[in-house]
Amino acid sequence: MSHETDRNVDDVGPGVMEAVDRSIGEKIQGYAIGLTLAVMLTAASFGVVYTDLIWGPAIPAALVALAVAQIGVHLVFFLHLTTAPDNTNNALALAFGVLIVTLIIAGSLWIIAHLNQNMMPMHQMMQMQR
Amino acid sequence: MSTTDTFLRARAPESDPYRLGRDRGWAGPNGGGIGRDYSTGHGEGGPASKSVIVGFGFWVFLLSDIVMFSAFFAAHAVLQSATAGGPSGHDLFDPRNIVIETSCLLLSSFTCGLSAVAASMRSQLGTQFWLLITGILGLAFLAFEARDFATMIAAGAGPQRSAFLSSFFSVVGLHGLHVSAGLLWLGTMMAQVFVKGFRPVIMRRLLCFNLFWHVLDIIWVALFTIVYLMGEGL
Repeated sequence: MSHETDRNVDDVGPGVMEAVDRSIGEKIQGYAIGLTLAVMLTAASFGVVYTDLIWGPAIPAALVALAVAQIGVHLVFFLHLTTAPDNTNNALALAFGVLIVTLIIAGSLWIIAHLNQNMMPMHQMMQMQR
Repeated sequence: MSTTDTFLRARAPESDPYRLGRDRGWAGPNGGGIGRDYSTGHGEGGPASKSVIVGFGFWVFLLSDIVMFSAFFAAHAVLQSATAGGPSGHDLFDPRNIVIETSCLLLSSFTCGLSAVAASMRSQLGTQFWLLITGILGLAFLAFEARDFATMIAAGAGPQRSAFLSSFFSVVGLHGLHVSAGLLWLGTMMAQVFVKGFRPVIMRRLLCFNLFWHVLDIIWVALFTIVYLMGEGL
């Protein structure tokens, strides 16, 4: 064991994987896999809308599924979010963020849809104001 | 015994990033087999390194930014059909431009990752080159978006035309503002790497910049899905 490698290892703090973790080739390969998957999922999203491959009413559900898949690809291959011990806090924070985002978006759509349904149609309201 | 060697190497303290002690043990350089301090922790033992803590703090900020974006997305989803007799998404969006903008941002996310790899190799030239490419792709994205906005406003479809267009310009413009701020940050990072080199504090800033840039791409995925593609379908 040479002194050179010893020093390099000691230069790296605990939890910093870069010097002992993966080779350069593996890192580049990770980003390349991420890019390939992301391009395929993006192309699929555009394909769903601009071709007739998918039954019309199913398009929004397909788009949401493809977007969630692509966001997952970005989180894993670009942001390197894992369940490693030094990453559990990041994953938990993400879970909380997803909860809040879901509440805001789904809640708004739900409430406003009900509001629209319960509202008096605009032309009736106009007549009442006369 | 190659299997035993591999096993020992895998269990050796230097391959365990969570070990507590990082000094040479009492055994000295060559005594005691592997010759390193074995009073180490594994898994959750010991305090996290500064870059892990900085990364977590910045990640929490980014999540709060995502929560803010989700409010704009919710507003847009609610107002998507409130066109007040004006043009709808189907009349306004040019799929070719959206594809170009998406490609620019996706590729810039990739080149940003390559700049992180170059920085981990401590390669000044590689880091500057890939950061520059990232910046050029980001600028191209902004240029296409600005041209889109200008075309829409010139056609009388500005943010004051309908509730749909107000929310469209807010959510897409907010993302554009983030990209602009990211480009400013990218310029300062290139200067800092050039002047100060790869000291630990610069590496942590590069980590935060990388996280920011990748999250911008994640937001764009949500944006082209909800705003452009779903708007096209309606």
